[in-house]
Amino acid sequence: MWNWATHPITWLSFLAMLIGAVVILLLTLVVVMYSIYWQRKLIGWMQLRIGPNRVGPFGLLQSAADVLKLLIKEDVIPTKSDRVLFLIAPIIAFVPAFMALSVIPFSRTHVFTANIAIGALFYVALSAITIHGVMLGGWASNNKYALIGSMRSAAQMLSYEIPLGLSIVGVVLMAGSINLNDIVNAQAHSGWWYIIPQILGFVVFMVASTAELNRTPFDLPEAESELVGGYHTEYTGFRFAFFMLTEYVYLFAMAGLFATLFLGGWSGPFLPGWLWFAIKAFLYISVQFWIQATMPRMRVDQLMTFSWKVLLPLALVNLVVTAVLKAVL
Amino acid sequence: MSLSEGTPQLRTEEMLLNVGPQHPSTHGVFRLVVKISGETVVEAEPVIGYLHRGTEKLAEDLQYTQIIPYTDRLDYIAAMLNNYALCHAVEEAMDMEIPERAEYLRVIIMEMQRIASHLLFIGTYLLDLGAMSPFLYVFVERERIVELFNEISGARLTYNFMRIGGLRFDAPEGWLDKVRKLVPEMREQMKMYADLISGNEIFLNRVKGLGTFTAEDALAYGMSGINLRSTGFKWDLRKNKPYSIYDRFDFDVPVGKNGDCFDRYYLHLAEMEQSVRIIEQALESIPEGPILGKVPKFVRVPAGEYYSGIEGARGELGFYIVSDGKDKPYRLKIRKPSFVNLQMLPKLLQGQNMANVIAILGAVDIVLGEVDA
Repeated sequence: MWNWATHPITWLSFLAMLIGAVVILLLTLVVVMYSIYWQRKLIGWMQLRIGPNRVGPFGLLQSAADVLKLLIKEDVIPTKSDRVLFLIAPIIAFVPAFMALSVIPFSRTHVFTANIAIGALFYVALSAITIHGVMLGGWASNNKYALIGSMRSAAQMLSYEIPLGLSIVGVVLMAGSINLNDIVNAQAHSGWWYIIPQILGFVVFMVASTAELNRTPFDLPEAESELVGGYHTEYTGFRFAFFMLTEYVYLFAMAGLFATLFLGGWSGPFLPGWLWFAIKAFLYISVQFWIQATMPRMRVDQLMTFSWKVLLPLALVNLVVTAVLKAVL
Repeated sequence: MSLSEGTPQLRTEEMLLNVGPQHPSTHGVFRLVVKISGETVVEAEPVIGYLHRGTEKLAEDLQYTQIIPYTDRLDYIAAMLNNYALCHAVEEAMDMEIPERAEYLRVIIMEMQRIASHLLFIGTYLLDLGAMSPFLYVFVERERIVELFNEISGARLTYNFMRIGGLRFDAPEGWLDKVRKLVPEMREQMKMYADLISGNEIFLNRVKGLGTFTAEDALAYGMSGINLRSTGFKWDLRKNKPYSIYDRFDFDVPVGKNGDCFDRYYLHLAEMEQSVRIIEQALESIPEGPILGKVPKFVRVPAGEYYSGIEGARGELGFYIVSDGKDKPYRLKIRKPSFVNLQMLPKLLQGQNMANVIAILGAVDIVLGEVDA
């Protein structure tokens, strides 16, 4: 099998890598565009609305029109903001979210993504960097709402990164490897997806990942009704779009991680691997949208309490039980 | 100073935060200057007046009938009730006879309006708490009521429908049947709200025990309506000082227990059910007949001072008329429930978290058109 990590770097392989990165970026952008479309459609149905249906057939070009609109909007930078940080914050937020995708095994053949030994660790480490962009953005805006929003998101990230990591460890214990591809293979060979033996870990993962993604009911950093948009209050046009993009890329990345860890990634009968992967990721994304349409927002102190007093013990219990079962069986 | 010598005085810098006048959760142009330490409110000061139009002053230049459209713009969520409050005040001052059918129609319309207003409260309150779907669900029902209002009055928001001495128009053909059809469906819908919202764990955790005050407090601040009733104090002008024909109907006055935000939310739901009951009874016994009583060409209130209040959607809505016997009021003072209810806000907000500020403000249920008048 082709492996980026072991292949010597030549001009040709470098070119291939570059093309690969661009292809994945384009793919991601398309996924983001249409997950936004799907969000509006799905929530539209739940809320007895129609959703976008004007731009293109079934409103399919709505997202393209939105992007165009954001592109031509005035780019406002507040006078008293920290200009440099303000400009680079969205990029700092976006890059790691996109990079995290590089280790997700989209298909059996592993085209364009890296099959590295520390996949899960790499993913968790990178996903924690996004928060720097959010924090810097909030700080640099020199806006009180943005500041509160970014501080909240930092606290939230600190609280939820731990149960999230621990819930992943359960799966790692089961598979006996931290390589994401090995985890998929282990599930394919064992004949069951880890969502069944790791049901507790799955619950913890689901809740913690929702919080990591800043999605309802944990969308405190944005909290429109309290903080007017939180950390991106001062951002306009394409810089704002970058934050949005980050959010949805991260959503896609999290969906990929979910599919890989708990639903056996690309493995599945009849259909090609990438399609299985897409179906499973789609499932996660749809559940996120469903939750968004259902839940009100939690309060910041309740959020912290929930993480430290409920999720963390649950994750630890899951870990211990998994370890014991693994040793006994 | 070493740590053993006593607790060092650590203090975070306080920050002044302007919530509003343009903020998604102030429900209009309302400004709340909050001094926060971290996310805890040290001090909150409501600043009003961004929407002030001087309605009371304007009224001094207008004939009584001409004031009616102005009342629409006060509490624009419940314009019919405001229409009625003015007409009722003038009618009482003039000791006017109102035809039966007009009274029945008025009651039906007012209770529909109360439901429409409460629906909007529930929707916007949940929106304040970060849930969007209920907001859109309530609009389905509100839309049906507003459409019926459109049929009877020709307007969707500012109806200008009630007249001194009765009503401008009778219900168009089939209108009452449409209301009859709507009533059971509204009941169904209310069950849905109860399922969707009242049982939601996150919602309960957010609002239970939040922003509590006692009946004594509420009375001291002159609160009325659901804000007062949430403390367990049973006071509803429809029962305690019956006006119109409310004494003919059988309905309850739901009261809360704890005086918290949850009670205030829940009372809105409970009151809608009572309103549905009233509408049902009124529909059963509505008589035929004229809809406008004998009204002089120029409405002249005899010299003197008059006050009459009704149970508005947000509390006691009263018109105080000082008349010198002419066809215009010498002075008109409106007792605006939102304005009075708002007064306790600084006290309620002190020591709260930013997220609670929005939850408490939302539950007080203000309409800025009325606060500023």
